[in-house]
Amino acid sequence: MVEQILKVDKLKVELGGERIIENLSFNVKKGDVWVILGPNGAGKTILLRTLVGVLPYKGKIEWKKNIKIGYVPQRLPMIKDIPINVMEFFELKKVNEKKIIESLESVGIGKEILNKKIGDLSSGQFQRILVAWALIDNPEVLLFDEPFAGIDISGTESIYDLLEKLQKNRNLTILLVSHDLNIVHKFAKNVLCVNKEMLCCGVPKKVLTPGTLNKLYGGNIKFYSHSHD
Amino acid sequence: MTNQLILSLIVAIFAGGAAAYLGSLMVAKKMALVGDALGHVALPGMGIAILLGLNVSLGAFVFLALGILLVWYFSLKTNLSTETLVGVMFVTSLAIGFLIVPEPELLEALFGDISNVSVNACVISSVLALVSFVIINQIYSKLIMINISEDLAKSERINVKGYNLLYLFLIAVIVALGIKVTGTLLVGALVIVPAAAAKNFSKSLKQYAYGSLVIGVLSGIIGIFLYNLTGFPAGPLIVLTSCVFFLISLIFKK
Repeated sequence: MVEQILKVDKLKVELGGERIIENLSFNVKKGDVWVILGPNGAGKTILLRTLVGVLPYKGKIEWKKNIKIGYVPQRLPMIKDIPINVMEFFELKKVNEKKIIESLESVGIGKEILNKKIGDLSSGQFQRILVAWALIDNPEVLLFDEPFAGIDISGTESIYDLLEKLQKNRNLTILLVSHDLNIVHKFAKNVLCVNKEMLCCGVPKKVLTPGTLNKLYGGNIKFYSHSHD
Repeated sequence: MTNQLILSLIVAIFAGGAAAYLGSLMVAKKMALVGDALGHVALPGMGIAILLGLNVSLGAFVFLALGILLVWYFSLKTNLSTETLVGVMFVTSLAIGFLIVPEPELLEALFGDISNVSVNACVISSVLALVSFVIINQIYSKLIMINISEDLAKSERINVKGYNLLYLFLIAVIVALGIKVTGTLLVGALVIVPAAAAKNFSKSLKQYAYGSLVIGVLSGIIGIFLYNLTGFPAGPLIVLTSCVFFLISLIFKK
């Protein structure tokens, strides 16, 4: 039987008196790839931040005991203003150089980047650095907020390939937030549709019906699934 | 060189160095003007200390600590930024300060005076500056992480609220020390200018933090020598020296 690593039950999140998430329940098993799908403002990022443990909530969030979580937030706007190089960014986690180089290699970046200032990196490079940063403590689960935001199509493809490779090699469990439907069919084994409340949960082909999508995005969205095999 | 000059030099080096080092964090956190505004928060405390015949730096520190605690408390209770809250605190204090600081002492409170530092004051200032430097050094990377992203810091199980409070407390200590050197009006320069100069040429956090420290110390030394040479007040000379470093640093900026 596959090990369960996260159980969310009747989760409610309120911020500043506003209800952001209501009555959310789902279970994640080891090695699962989940895409949390929903329009802008649906509470996806809030959900991820709540799962990481930085926001107060009601209901139940039960991670496997002593689980290591890697978290890649959506944007880090402040970091570009700080004269910090890649090496020093990793050293904030108190890790040694050997581990840093290994982690960089696993996301396809050479060690020559270590002395570069973070502010001078391209968004694609920076995104990879963030993944490597999250992976360096060997987490079992990776929470990733909009990994493709602000990255061009070729960059998107390569980050998607990278995540798929990492997931296979490390048997990593991935929870990824996105508003992009295409990613679901390319990448997800499971999908969780949220717009304040849970609108669907399960295998994409089964649960992403036109009716659900209509409720989720509120318009006449058409969704074509296509197979790559 | 007279003994009095050596005492002034020591205070300028320690207070200036510690302020510049802390300033590198404040500039990175976009809180540069907080130090400046906080300088004024000290004014009523200095006034009360003068009226009661107590130590002026102590009076300044008590009011700074009080001001910082209020800012910290309000920042948790409201959605206003630290900068806005400090702004409110700053004008309130300045108004009260002008009312209660006696006129003859007002000039010294505003522009500082380290030409008559006692041995005791010199020792206390240097020890406080050194201790603050060591603490800042220990928590530097944690504060940078919090600055990059509070979420990321919390996910690394860093006590964000606790570190922020300690950081604000250190600002209070450093500003109180700096006021002795430059007065309340110019104390902001001790934290802002060296860090701004260092940021211009730094390619790494180490260069930035220690570059700022070195510029702070050098400005103190050169400023005191200029004071000895010209007889102008030391505070403004120290500040102007750091401004020259800033101008030079612009050459290295890409």
